[in-house]
Amino acid sequence: MSVQTWTWLLVGITFALYFGIAIWARAGSTKEFYVAGGGVSPWANGMATAADWMSAASFISMAGIISFAGYDGSVYLMGWTGGYVLLALLLAPYLRKFGKFTVPDFIGDRYYSNTARTVAVICALIVSFTYVAGQMRGVGIVFSQFLQVDITMGVLIGMTVVLTFALLGGMKGITYTQVAQYCVLIFAFMVPAFFISLQMTGNIIPQIGMGGKVEGGAFLLDKLDALHTELGFNEYTSGTKSTWDVFAITLALMTGTAGLPHVIVRFFTVPKVKDARKSAGYALLLIAILYTTAPAISVFSRTNLIQTVSNQEYAKIPEWFKNWENTGLIAWSDKNGDGKIQYVAGNALAGDKPEFIERRGTNGERIISNASEEKNELYVDRDIMVLANPEIANLPNWVIALVAAGGLAAALSTAAGLLLVISTSISRDLIKKQLKPNISDKGELLAARISIFVAILIAGYFGINPPGFVAAVVALAFGLAAASFFPAIILGIFDKRMNNQGAISGMVVGIVLMLFYMMKFKLDMFGGGTPKDWWFGTSPEGFGTIAMVVNVIISLVVSRMTPAPPQDVQDMVESIRIPSGAGEASDH
Amino acid sequence: MSEKQKIATAYWKENLKYLIILLSIWFIVSFGCGILFREALNEIRLGGFKLGFWFAQQGSIYVFVILIFVYVWLMNRLDKKYGFDE
Repeated sequence: MSVQTWTWLLVGITFALYFGIAIWARAGSTKEFYVAGGGVSPWANGMATAADWMSAASFISMAGIISFAGYDGSVYLMGWTGGYVLLALLLAPYLRKFGKFTVPDFIGDRYYSNTARTVAVICALIVSFTYVAGQMRGVGIVFSQFLQVDITMGVLIGMTVVLTFALLGGMKGITYTQVAQYCVLIFAFMVPAFFISLQMTGNIIPQIGMGGKVEGGAFLLDKLDALHTELGFNEYTSGTKSTWDVFAITLALMTGTAGLPHVIVRFFTVPKVKDARKSAGYALLLIAILYTTAPAISVFSRTNLIQTVSNQEYAKIPEWFKNWENTGLIAWSDKNGDGKIQYVAGNALAGDKPEFIERRGTNGERIISNASEEKNELYVDRDIMVLANPEIANLPNWVIALVAAGGLAAALSTAAGLLLVISTSISRDLIKKQLKPNISDKGELLAARISIFVAILIAGYFGINPPGFVAAVVALAFGLAAASFFPAIILGIFDKRMNNQGAISGMVVGIVLMLFYMMKFKLDMFGGGTPKDWWFGTSPEGFGTIAMVVNVIISLVVSRMTPAPPQDVQDMVESIRIPSGAGEASDH
Repeated sequence: MSEKQKIATAYWKENLKYLIILLSIWFIVSFGCGILFREALNEIRLGGFKLGFWFAQQGSIYVFVILIFVYVWLMNRLDKKYGFDE
C-alpha cells in the first residue's frame, strides 16, 4: 500500500477512536466538565497529562531543533522535564488539597481579592492563547502535509475535530481522549526510533544506541562531531550559547512548565492528594520516554542527513529529498556549478525561507531567487527532521503514515486541553465568580461551551493567518507563565505572610516586564535591539528567569510593608499544607 | 499551641527538609552537571557519551523521574507517621 493510503487508514482509525471515546465520556455537570468529576485514576491522569503536555512542538519540532542545535538543544530537554519535579514537589499536592477547579480560583481565594483573580485570569488567557495558536498551526501543517490538502483546509479539519470532542466531553471527554492520544503518539514516536537505532548502531534501544558504535567501530557521537568539524559546523556535543543563557533558558522553561495553567489543572482531577503526587510521577515517566528518545533521533537523523546529501550528485539523490523540495522545506542551489550538494556551515539563503521561482535548473532542481553568497548550498527546514526521518532511513510506508497519525494526536490533544482552560477561565473565573455569581449549573455549562466555540474560532483564525510573531511567541509563553503564576502560587503556599498587595504587584510587574522585553527584542517595538543589547546577555527565551526573580523580590518587599493576610486565609494556608481531608474537588 | 498544631508544624518541617534535599539533587544534576560543570565532566566518557553532554540530554531526565517517585515514597511514609494518610 502507498504512504497515502496508509495515512488515510491510520488517521481514520485513530480519529474514529477519539470520537467514540468523546461520546462515551459525555459530561453532564460542570464538575465533570471542569475536572472530570474529580475521579480520574493516577495512571489515566498521568497519560492525559503527558498527551496534554506533548504538543506538536514536542513531537514534530523538538528533535529537529536539537539535531541542528546539538548541545544547545538540551535547554528544551531539561527545561520541559525538570519543570515536573517542581510541579510534583511544590505545587500539585497543595493545589489538589485546596480543591477548587482553576489556577485563578486559587489565586483569587488565597489572595482574598477579585483583583488578584482578574490578574490571574488575564495571565492565563495570554499564556493559553499564545500557546494554542501555535498548536492550531501545527495541526494545519500535519494535515496539509499528509492528506495533501492546503493549510487552511487542514486547520479547518483540525478545528472541527477539537471542537467536537471538547464540546461533547469537557474535561472528562478530553481526559479519556488524551489517554488514547498518548498511546498513539508514543507508539508513533518510538517505532521509527527503534528501527533507525537498530539500523545504525545495532542496538534497538535508541537511548543506548545514541552512545553506541556505528559501522567501522567509531562511536556515533564522535563520528558526528567529526563530520560537523569537517564541514565547519560547531561540534555537535558542544554548543554556541553562553553558559549563562543556557542556564537562564532552562530555568525559565522549568518554572514556566510548572506554571502553565493547562498542566496544573490536571492535578485537580485526581481523587486524593496522594494521587496528585503519584500522578505527576507517572506523567513525567511517560513524558521522559519521548524526551530521552528525541535527542537520540536528533543524532541519528543528523548523521543520516549529512551522510546522504553531503557531496552527493543531485541527480542521484533519493526520492524523499525531491519530495520535500517540492513542498519548499528543502532547497538547494548549485552555487559552484558542480552538480553536487555542498552542505557546510553558513546560511544558504539570504533570509529565513527560500523563495522559489517557477523555473527548474540544469540538474532539475527548483531554482531559488534568494541564495546567499556563502558556500553552503543546502537549506533544510528543521521541522521536517522527525517527519522525514523514516523516509531518509528507508523505513516501510506504514511507519511513515504512523508518524502522521502521531503528530496529529500530539497537536490535537494539546489544543483541546488549552481550549478547555480558556473556556474555564471565561465561564468560571470571569462570569460565575465576577459578573453573574448566581448563574445556574446549566447556564455555566452553556457559557463554557460557548466560550470554547469562540476560543476555537479565534485560535483557528491565527492558525490560518499566523501573524509573523506567533512562532516566536509560543516559546515565550513559558517565560510569561514563569514571570506571573509560578511565584504567586509558590509564595501562596510556602510563605504564609504573603498578602494580596505583594502577590498582585509581583504578578503585574513580572508579566509586564516579560511582555516588554519580548516585544522589544522579538517584535522590534520600543526601539528594538540586537543580541548585543540583551540585558545581562539574556535572550528573550531566558528572560522569564529574570522576570520571575523580580516578581519574587517585589512580592516579598511589598508584602512586608503592608498588613498580614487575614486569619482565615492563614488558616487556609495551614490546611493546604496537610494532605488529609482533601475530599472531592468541590464547588463553593 | 494545640496538640494538633504541633503535629502539623512538625509534619511541615520534615516535609521542607525532604524538599530541600530533593531539590538540591534536582539542581545539581541539571544546572550543575548538565550546564555549569559540563566542560569538566566532558573529559570523562560514558561509553560513547561525554559525561556532561549525557547529563544534559539523558541523565538529568532519568534522575528527575526517580526524584518524583522517591518523593512520593517519602511523603507516603511521612503521612503515615503523622496519621495524615487516608
